[in-house]
Amino acid sequence: MKQFILKRLGLSVVTVFLVAVIVFFLTHILPGNVARQYLGKGATEEDLVEFRRVFGLDRSLLAQLFGWIGDLLHGDLGESMQYRVSVKDLLLPAIGYSSKLAGVAFFLIVPISIAGGVIAAMNRGKKIDRAITVGGLSAAVIPEFVWAIVLVLTVGVTFQIFPVSAFPDEGNRSILNQIWYLILPSISLLLVLFGYIARITRAGVIEALESDYMRTAVLKGMIRRKAVSKHVLRNALLPTIAVIASQVPYLIGGLIAVEIVFNYPGFGTVLKGAVDARDYAVLQSGVIISSLVIVIFQLIADILFAVLNPRIRQKVSE
Amino acid sequence: MSTTNTATLELRNLEVAYTVRGIDREVLRDISLSIAPGEAYGLVGESGCGKSTAAFAAMRYLPRNGKITGGAILFEGKNIVEMADDEVSSLRRSAISMVYQNPATALNPTIRVGDQVAEVFQLSGVSKSDSLEMAQAALVQVQIADPAQVMRRYAHQLSGGMAQRVVIAMALASNPRLLVMDEPTTGLDATVEAEVLDLVRELRRDTGTAVLFISHNLGVIRHMCDRVGVLYAGALVEQGATADLFNNPSHPYTVGLLRCIPRGGLHKSTDRLDTIPGTPPALGTHFDGCVFADRCALADDNCRTRLPQMVTISGAHVARCFHSDKASSMPRSIELIEYASQADVHSVHNDDTLLSINHLSKIFTQDGHKVQVINDVSFNLGFGETLGLVGESGSGKTTIAKLVLGLVSPEEGGVITLDGKGLAKTLNRRDVHDVGSMQIVFQNPDQALNRRHSVTRIVGRAVERLRGFNVSDAIDRAHELLSGMRVEASLHSARPVQLSGGLKQRVAISRAFAGSPQIVVCDEPTSALDVSVQAAILNLLVDLQKQDGVSFIFISHDLGVVRYISDRIAVLYLGRVVEFGTSQRVFNGPFHPYTEALLSSVPNIDGSIRKRIPLTGVVPSPSNPPSGCVLNPRCPRKAGSGYETLCETEEPNLTEVEPGHFMRCHIPVANLKQLQS
Ligand SMILES: Nc1ncnc2c1ncn2[C@@H]1O[C@H](COP(=O)(O)OP(=O)(O)OP(=O)(O)O)[C@@H](O)[C@H]1O
Ligand code: SF4
Ligand code: SF4
Ligand SMILES: [Mg+2]
Repeated sequence: MKQFILKRLGLSVVTVFLVAVIVFFLTHILPGNVARQYLGKGATEEDLVEFRRVFGLDRSLLAQLFGWIGDLLHGDLGESMQYRVSVKDLLLPAIGYSSKLAGVAFFLIVPISIAGGVIAAMNRGKKIDRAITVGGLSAAVIPEFVWAIVLVLTVGVTFQIFPVSAFPDEGNRSILNQIWYLILPSISLLLVLFGYIARITRAGVIEALESDYMRTAVLKGMIRRKAVSKHVLRNALLPTIAVIASQVPYLIGGLIAVEIVFNYPGFGTVLKGAVDARDYAVLQSGVIISSLVIVIFQLIADILFAVLNPRIRQKVSE
Repeated sequence: MSTTNTATLELRNLEVAYTVRGIDREVLRDISLSIAPGEAYGLVGESGCGKSTAAFAAMRYLPRNGKITGGAILFEGKNIVEMADDEVSSLRRSAISMVYQNPATALNPTIRVGDQVAEVFQLSGVSKSDSLEMAQAALVQVQIADPAQVMRRYAHQLSGGMAQRVVIAMALASNPRLLVMDEPTTGLDATVEAEVLDLVRELRRDTGTAVLFISHNLGVIRHMCDRVGVLYAGALVEQGATADLFNNPSHPYTVGLLRCIPRGGLHKSTDRLDTIPGTPPALGTHFDGCVFADRCALADDNCRTRLPQMVTISGAHVARCFHSDKASSMPRSIELIEYASQADVHSVHNDDTLLSINHLSKIFTQDGHKVQVINDVSFNLGFGETLGLVGESGSGKTTIAKLVLGLVSPEEGGVITLDGKGLAKTLNRRDVHDVGSMQIVFQNPDQALNRRHSVTRIVGRAVERLRGFNVSDAIDRAHELLSGMRVEASLHSARPVQLSGGLKQRVAISRAFAGSPQIVVCDEPTSALDVSVQAAILNLLVDLQKQDGVSFIFISHDLGVVRYISDRIAVLYLGRVVEFGTSQRVFNGPFHPYTEALLSSVPNIDGSIRKRIPLTGVVPSPSNPPSGCVLNPRCPRKAGSGYETLCETEEPNLTEVEPGHFMRCHIPVANLKQLQS
């Protein structure tokens, strides 16, 4: 098991490293002249030289790459070209906000989607099954930012049930209130991811319901509801875990879009600002951090999958 | 009501239907039978006749599209068809249990075995810790080795035999008064099957549980049951005490079934197997008359228009037939075929060697460990000869076939010679002629045939590739081959899904014969087929051999089949040939101790009770073979032989103990002969 975790960890490190290298070359080679791009047409030759010196752009590409990676390893994300403050100071609070939103979204999406899938599977072929499957898939067709706008306009503006911004005013920033403000943005993410997760859950549950071991449980004299909770869910949810982890990149992407609509000072909003201002230092770090998050969730999912599945656990621990 | 003369289970005029595409299709037709307390009732019949449906109906557990359309299922006099769900669950918790085929999938893969057995006790209100103790006791009762350790395992860590013991332990945990067993040993090795059957018999003696025992294997039924019912197309066609029914079968279907089986002593050189012409009716076919009329040699107009009733043969022995008195003397059904061969008719089997295999070994790497699955195997195969390979699962039968065919390459030192010419080790380095001269027929024709191609195309492509024919000649040859295998011309453009299992296997055989092979490897070619279809396929193989002089390497776990078709037999254990000789020698003895145990584990249909020579313990893993003779930890003849130390330290060689009869055992053959007489 330990070996398996180490192996997966090694793989993750390599993945992030490759992402770093690719990001570096994309930002340094493709747009051509970073300094010119950033400072604009009016900049003098001295301005450019000075800018390059400050940001280390006068060194050779390789030296820059290794310098940058070395800095990253020390937790030094460099300096924002736009604000001239450390990228860390800019991103850390934003990440904090985003984590809150992601957390609320996650705790809303996962249980609801799984419950939806289980209910659909248990009522296979009935109306409620069709409602969940068809409804979920239709909702997923519409992108999250459109949902966000629709939700803001309906429940936010017209019915005024939920606040239209994601961030409470100075007055009441209690945890509960913060969560309350984050629910609407989370719902727009839920609408997009629900159909997918519910469908996978449904398939897993149906397979387990039709399995021979479920038959064994029922023929032992277990009543159906109990047999489902004891024998079906664990086996059925195994594949779902992997699917949820694979949805984390979409969650992050959706997060960015939703933050912008709700004007929430999170990671996504900062990144968007960086894109608009061509702030390469912030962009690079943003991409690295996103890839780190994705890789970590994939790792957690893999380990969880192995721990829950005796067959893999055994293979893995040999 | 008193329970003394109430049947434990009674099916009264039971009718069950499956709804397929909106139409109810009859599966069980007016079935009536009853099982007394403590009685074992066997239900036999070919695939699809409704055995499992009857079993699940008795548990009131039918598939979603299945429904009981008539009649009653009485458990101790109470009709479970009309019971509330709760009441049925409570019966299942306390009075009726079931054991099914495929024990491995019947256990939950993510819950420890012990917890799953304990669950049964918890369901009847026992506390968690007590239930675990009781579970362990239940495992002790089914004679599992090291029950404490098995408790903590998961399903995939159990062998087939162990898993079935766990399922049986679970079924018996509630002290049921009725146990339904649906093919409980199908798919298990012969020696494991014998052990499980012994166990069931012992437990039944101790507990007095009534059993509904379902199997397609007549030998197993004969040994396990007090009474037998024969099912055909969902109708009970004959019923009676086991001995009566087997000794005096009185329904033409039962007679036909018994005649199809290659039973004790029959051999291809002298006996042709009977078949049952035609195929079983499709699901839900409506009959005005007898369900068997289309295939019955005695059928007359009366049979086709009037429904026969059960008539008494003697005592409780009944048969549903107008002509039951003529059934046992009904004419034999042997298809005789005119050969239409391209090849010259060869003289049957002479002593010249066609294929020679020397010192073949194979080591696989599994999770970083080296596993020697084949250990120094040598044998010869003559022209027009059939070599049978027998042995339990994992003994290396299929790997040997693959080595011969070049699908896997042998280790250094292994040599394969065909007709005096050394063969390249792997298939892609063999030329077209060599490839065409050795072909294979698999157990499962479904997987072997391309489902998108027509039958003609499947065979035609093989002809093109192996014979270099152009497309239109290849198609002509394909038609010829298929007709020769008795696949009717009307089916030549069909796709595999439209064919029955037997027909698919004929197509697979046609394809194997596309390149005019010298050798055809048959890997369990009839194991997935019903006995009547099996008989037809075996007859076909024998015909082809007579006609083309082809040689076969025939792999099967069914010793009756191997005995019938083989000229010589190699018995394998843990990748080694432990005995090799003519069919006659290997089956009549003196036997190698392993062969002796294997043969004694087969329940034969003639009802003769052979003393079983048990093989104790489990088949060791080839990754960690025992020292000395690989059989020694399980050998039934080692103890008291005087060769114990030698057995445990030194591996015996394969030596010629009689002319043409080889064995790998330290005990001299004369001693073995004496022990076995
Ligand atoms: N759920 C189902 N829906 C429709 N047809 C079914 C269903 N289950 C079984 N059948 C069909 O009903 C018939 C009886 O099936 P059943 O499984 O009882 O046969 P069996 O005698 O147990 O066969 P086997 O020896 O192959 O196990 C077969 O023709 C089968 O194809
Ligand atoms: S009733 Fe007629 S058709 Fe049916 S089994 Fe008897 S003889 Fe054959
Ligand atoms: S050598 Fe010994 S252990 Fe091996 S089969 Fe002979 S008697 Fe048994
Ligand atoms: Mg069945």
